[in-house]
Amino acid sequence: MSDNKGYWKDNVSLVLKLMAVWFIVSYGAGILFVDFLNQFQFFGFPFGFWMAQQGAIYVFVALIFVYVAKMNTLDRKYGVEESDDDIPAEDLERGGE
Amino acid sequence: MDAQTLTYLIVGLTFALYIGIAIWAKAGTTDDFYVAGHHVPPLANGMATAADWMSAASFISMAGLISFMGRDGAQYLMGWTGGYVLLALLLAPYLRKFGQFTVPDFVGDRYYSDAARTVAVICALFISFTYVAGQMRGVGIVFSRFLEVDITTGVLIGMSIVFFYAVLGGMKGITYTQVAQYCVLIFAFMVPAIFISILMTGNPVPQLGFGSQLADGSGMYLLDKLDGLSVELGFGPYTDGSKSTFDMFCIVAALMVGTAGLPHVIVRFFTVPKVRDARLSAGYALVLIAILYTTAPAVASFARLNLIDTVSNAEYQDTPAWFKNWEAIDLIAWRDKNGDGKIQYVAGAAFEGAPQFTEGRGVSGERLLSNADGGSDNELYIDQDIMVLANPEIAELPDWVVALVVAGGLAAALSTAAGLLLVISTSVAHDLFKKMLLPKITDKQELMFARMAVAIAVLIAGYFGVYPFAFVAQVVAFAFGLAASSFFPVIIMGIFYKRMNKEGAIAGMISGLVFTATYIVYFKTFDTNPDNWWFGVSPEGAGTIGMTINFVVAYFVSRFTSEPPQEVQDMVERIRVPRG
Repeated sequence: MSDNKGYWKDNVSLVLKLMAVWFIVSYGAGILFVDFLNQFQFFGFPFGFWMAQQGAIYVFVALIFVYVAKMNTLDRKYGVEESDDDIPAEDLERGGE
Repeated sequence: MDAQTLTYLIVGLTFALYIGIAIWAKAGTTDDFYVAGHHVPPLANGMATAADWMSAASFISMAGLISFMGRDGAQYLMGWTGGYVLLALLLAPYLRKFGQFTVPDFVGDRYYSDAARTVAVICALFISFTYVAGQMRGVGIVFSRFLEVDITTGVLIGMSIVFFYAVLGGMKGITYTQVAQYCVLIFAFMVPAIFISILMTGNPVPQLGFGSQLADGSGMYLLDKLDGLSVELGFGPYTDGSKSTFDMFCIVAALMVGTAGLPHVIVRFFTVPKVRDARLSAGYALVLIAILYTTAPAVASFARLNLIDTVSNAEYQDTPAWFKNWEAIDLIAWRDKNGDGKIQYVAGAAFEGAPQFTEGRGVSGERLLSNADGGSDNELYIDQDIMVLANPEIAELPDWVVALVVAGGLAAALSTAAGLLLVISTSVAHDLFKKMLLPKITDKQELMFARMAVAIAVLIAGYFGVYPFAFVAQVVAFAFGLAASSFFPVIIMGIFYKRMNKEGAIAGMISGLVFTATYIVYFKTFDTNPDNWWFGVSPEGAGTIGMTINFVVAYFVSRFTSEPPQEVQDMVERIRVPRG
């Protein structure tokens, strides 16, 4: 179980880091500092407006994929990844439907 | 071929496709019916989640709302996408590992209590019914405008389609239908957006188009022109907000957390084979959702500019056909206050409340109204829900594009309705009957109960579709508030806080839910004056306060009551790791 404890700790710390970015781009740039950022022009957009209506969403997408990649690494590091034979053979065949 | 025939043809084709898929994917067991046998590949689940998620509100209403709200519209954009980050990082993988059928399953098992399960079932039913009513309304609007049947008939047609594939196929049928519906709706949303973007800015990518210079040779940026026109007509600049920062904060948080707490979205992550597929499919889902959500604000600003260009100071008699068509079904209204025969479109309400049409026509041929004048010179009322549907017509795009948008709007509404109906039927058949009232029923009987529950739910949803209580998007906002204040906190604490016990969870859910429901109902019906909102928080943001109350109450109650039994603590350990 001690192994699982380390895994959980790393997991929580990764999640916290990603959530910090999530907070900064949406609540930070898109809401709290939006008027401040609006004074900067970003192509044809005021920057705060762009963050609120576009930028935050792109960052959200990136965050999930970073999480997926990091968690897969973490799963392997602690040897807790699911192997394909956790699933019965007949399930695998049907999985491709 | 005229527009009407073309619309019937395209809508008919898509309906035939959905029914075909339903027959192919008929559910044989409760496993199939509830979670598609846990066999859905991550990409397919991502597409199904996206369609499940993007409702009539996203497709039909959202761009229209943004169009009238300007920058504040970002509340929907960030709120309804940011929730997926919470879902992917905090909920989906653990719930998949837990591996049952429903959210009340998790709540009931984690909090070792049928009382907690019952509260969860009630929440799930309440949320899903509120939400599904909005979808049926969307279906009704689309049918009545484009297929020229009345709203009631429209709702009935929509109901029978959903009825057919949800009852027959359960989750399996719904999943693969949703995959098809995603393709239809995203194609239908993007084609007109791209067309309009090219027309207005010469840039084929709408996301870049609304930050580009106008194609009319003026060299002016689109948003600058829009800001200028908005100010001229007395609206604030389009790229500025008018909501208070704190209210905006609360609304966005309520929508994000609500998204992550919606049972019909959560349950989609029970359908994939593995924990790692659950994470990945949340990523796919958000990419597929982001395609629409980053296009919507572009569509909103195109539509706004086009609308102002077309109607401002135009002679009523010269307005294009779409204007009169929408007026005919009560969603546009015009009163010629100064008698010049032209449409004055400026800030402020044209008249009080929703339009009440009387028999008879005015001097210019417009429909007359019985409403009292609003306190402004504005003469025009436009229902926000029509912007996306009207956009291709406003931009004078070919008939087949209009037909496509109709099919897309229906796909969005039907796919979400089906997902919600499934949650309702699972809650009744599985959580209520199998787990509590009649534990001895066989798989076959349970399946029959589930099918009957879907059937009854469709009828109730249809009733609310015909007799709605607010705008499509507002109805949906209510569901979010409830999800945010009930499910999200108890699930999060169930996973991340091992010490949380049943007393805490039940007390938290009930206090969060009661607060949020009371706040929303009170400020939406009894006291509609925004000055009285607590700390300036609008009813849409109430879920954030409700959630906070839930967390705090749950924490303190759990501190003063006994810790959960050992086997529950072991279960929490187990769901935290993918293997085993």
